[in-house]
Amino acid sequence: MTAPALFPGGGGADDQQQPPPPRRSRTGYLLLLPGTLWLLLFFMVPLVTLVSTSLYDPAGTLETGYQLTFAFGNYVDAIDDYATEFTRSLLYGGLATLFALLLGYPLAYAIAFRAGRWKYVMLLLVIAPFFTSFLIRTLSWKMLLADQGVIVEVLRFLHILGDDGRLLATAPAVVLGLTYNFLPFMVLPLYASLDKIDVRLIEAAGDLYASPPQAFRRVTLPLSMPGVVAGTLLTFIPAAGDYINVELLGTPQQTMIGNRIQSLFGAGSYPAAAALSVTLMLLILAMVMLYIRRAGTDELL
Amino acid sequence: MTATLVRAGRWVTGHLVMFVALLVLLYMFLPIMVVVLMSFDDTADVAYQFNGFTLANWSDPCSSYGMCDAVAKSLQIGLLATVGATLLGTLMAFAMARHHFRGRSIANVGIFLPMASPEIVMGSSLLALFVSAGFAGQLGFATILIAHIMFCLSFVVVAVKARLSGMDNGLEQAAMDLYANEWQTFWRVTFPLVFPGIVGAALLAFSLSFDDYIITNLVAGQSQTFPMYVWGVSRREIPPQINVIGTAMLLVSILVVVMAEVVRRGRNRA
Amino acid sequence: MSAGVDEQEQANPGVQRGPGNDLRLVSLSKQFGAFTAVNDLTLTVPAGSFFALLGPSGCGKTTTLRMVAGLEAPTAGDIFLGDQDVTRLRPYKRPVNTVFQNYALFPHLSVAENVAFGLKRRGRKKVDAEVARLLDLVELGDRGRRRPQELSGGQQQRVALARALINEPEVLLLDEPLGALDLKLRRQMQIELKRIQTEVGLTFVHVTHDQEEAMTMADTVAVMNAGVIEQMGPPGELYDNPATTFVANFLGQSNLVAGHVTRMRDDLVEVDVEGTTVLASRTRSHADGGAVWVGVRPEKVFLDSSGQTRDHGINVVRAGRICDVSYTGVSTQYLVRMPWGQELTVFEQNTGARELFRVGACVDLGWRAEHTFVLDAAQDAHAGVEYEDLGT
Repeated sequence: MTAPALFPGGGGADDQQQPPPPRRSRTGYLLLLPGTLWLLLFFMVPLVTLVSTSLYDPAGTLETGYQLTFAFGNYVDAIDDYATEFTRSLLYGGLATLFALLLGYPLAYAIAFRAGRWKYVMLLLVIAPFFTSFLIRTLSWKMLLADQGVIVEVLRFLHILGDDGRLLATAPAVVLGLTYNFLPFMVLPLYASLDKIDVRLIEAAGDLYASPPQAFRRVTLPLSMPGVVAGTLLTFIPAAGDYINVELLGTPQQTMIGNRIQSLFGAGSYPAAAALSVTLMLLILAMVMLYIRRAGTDELL
Repeated sequence: MTATLVRAGRWVTGHLVMFVALLVLLYMFLPIMVVVLMSFDDTADVAYQFNGFTLANWSDPCSSYGMCDAVAKSLQIGLLATVGATLLGTLMAFAMARHHFRGRSIANVGIFLPMASPEIVMGSSLLALFVSAGFAGQLGFATILIAHIMFCLSFVVVAVKARLSGMDNGLEQAAMDLYANEWQTFWRVTFPLVFPGIVGAALLAFSLSFDDYIITNLVAGQSQTFPMYVWGVSRREIPPQINVIGTAMLLVSILVVVMAEVVRRGRNRA
Repeated sequence: MSAGVDEQEQANPGVQRGPGNDLRLVSLSKQFGAFTAVNDLTLTVPAGSFFALLGPSGCGKTTTLRMVAGLEAPTAGDIFLGDQDVTRLRPYKRPVNTVFQNYALFPHLSVAENVAFGLKRRGRKKVDAEVARLLDLVELGDRGRRRPQELSGGQQQRVALARALINEPEVLLLDEPLGALDLKLRRQMQIELKRIQTEVGLTFVHVTHDQEEAMTMADTVAVMNAGVIEQMGPPGELYDNPATTFVANFLGQSNLVAGHVTRMRDDLVEVDVEGTTVLASRTRSHADGGAVWVGVRPEKVFLDSSGQTRDHGINVVRAGRICDVSYTGVSTQYLVRMPWGQELTVFEQNTGARELFRVGACVDLGWRAEHTFVLDAAQDAHAGVEYEDLGT
């Protein structure tokens, strides 16, 4: 099946054959060309433009045009004014990633090792939410977490929430929404990694006197690390930059950096918005570099 | 009664992992159940709650003003973006999986970055590009399409490359040994075997495109896609018809996946 | 076959089909970066023969095969089919087909479609009769509609064979095709392949690391090591008269003892081995004099209790002490430690004529002079030894 084969490594064929004899032809470059051009033109170049936009004179507007004045001050201003939002974004993103990991790992583990006949069905169930507009799903959380809703009632009953406590329009709701939205991005790479583990290794650990928790800690977990790291990257990065969940489930108290960037663009303050964007991107790049340093680039794809 | 409870309890402790996994799946499906439920709601309101049951939304989904136009636009863009991204992405996947070239590491990183970058950054950089290039007034269908092809590309490459890598490439050599030239080998051996991967990638690209909001919003100008429509109404009265579209999307996707599996099983049994 | 020939020539103008063309490799070399896989290889495979290319893993035999098939381009040298130079021809232009090690059957096609593949690519439209005939030949007549994945390993191997054979290539290349089969099936297929080859009359080039397989099936065996052919000839000749220590050790087992040539006569060579004079036939001597290895196969050696005299024409080395006895039912394998420290191996068939020797017994080793072979001492006495019992 193709959808599960998207992140897991291939259609299940065995990996025992010899590596392909590399064809040193120019065909490789030709094939690569159109796609590379597209990415260069519409991903790399825009990033450059973004950087240059961030250095425009902040006094410019869409009407009067912008002057490239190498206004590095934009960055200083950005970090000064929006430090809280940055930290909040990293915090929420981090929490969401953590929860996604805690929730996603058992799910991925179950699909990889315990599902048997139901493997593909469960994978389908993981991917299916993907196919419904995520805005609509997030709106649904609005209803689920509403003050008069079942969930809040139950929590008040169990005294986890105070009598006038609420879920909607709070930080927990935002984190919950973030976790929810990016859970598949955590589960799929985890599953791909776990699926590759030879079950006999775990059996061997048991044969060598390891209890199940020990076998997990010493064999399964380390072997699934590539999946954990990939899933973490693919979850944290978009989560930190998200603003939808704040808008729909939170209040201005929970503004994240994404919200600020969006509103600044809307207001026409392009240089400031660009400066914020670039800062966010640099943070992300730093983490990706760290990852590449440890794991190399072939694991990425 | 107690006996069943005890048995259930024992199943849970014995299958703890699976139990947790099912809980997580439930968590993932909760909002979807709400979506399906709300598609039968009879009132558009701000508070987003269930008022009364009706089938009117399903029989006349376009009664909500502007929604069907937005859906149509999303479908058009989705189709074109899918074709574009699948084409370019498949070519790239072949290059990455089958050919040897320098700069492979750079290519790996370059293709990975769009998948991992925050949408707000990608969207803002594209906006910055279009504005600097002087197209600030022409934001619309074309710019949305460009953006969509861009961010779908990487996913297509990953999906097709995975399929290609899993393929025994000795098969192509066997084909040439059996008098098939390069074109025949591709057409009769490589393509049929990689095709399911390409279809999967296309489906993925379509859903990514149809569902995108953040990037689309930044480069759309005056045009409106379905997610933008939903965003717009989310501040106001929320018409239940959006849930009709949401449920329909879900049903269609499940149908497609199930059919694909049936076809696959059928072919293997022959 | 004649109708097929015309159509082939139309669809495949690359090579003229002749009646039985010899396959000639001339100074063929292949380098992968700094690694030389095949080193200046020259050999001729006579048309219609069963030729085995034998050697350990990594010796370059598969690379050579791939170069003949056209799947690998030689770094230097030429390949001829008859008078035609096929060196630069693409694989689909050569009248050569391969049976791959892992079969490489197309999973998306049925067995019958797999078998018909080559014919269809050459432009043949009506192939059903041919396909049925070939499937019957390999005893898979009722499996035509199945997918390859549904068949067992042995059956898949036969499909691969049918798929190649149906094209009646000038040369059929087999790349360790029996490697993945269990012992009984392998023996069966060895007999099958030999039968088919004699029946159809095609040239088979069989690559393998299994020396028993090569010796059983082939008319000619070429032993290959590190990119070069060590020796080539009929199996019996290679076994009885090895030209290098590698061949002596790789085919069966050998005892190699250091010695020094004392006299070379017209038909005999005299060698001094640790004080004893040993005779060898000139035809089995591959050294010019000086320091040599004196070799004899373990099964040619017989044990005597100490001090027995023997006829002229029998080489004897004395004062060995038995240090190991292995009874294997059919034979007994003795390890005898000689006074100079070396352990020699002796296989004696358990004919029942005599009781077995015990560990510690003092014995003399004897063998007929014509079973001796002499090799250049410059060669490594351990070459080829460790590959003996490797399965893969």
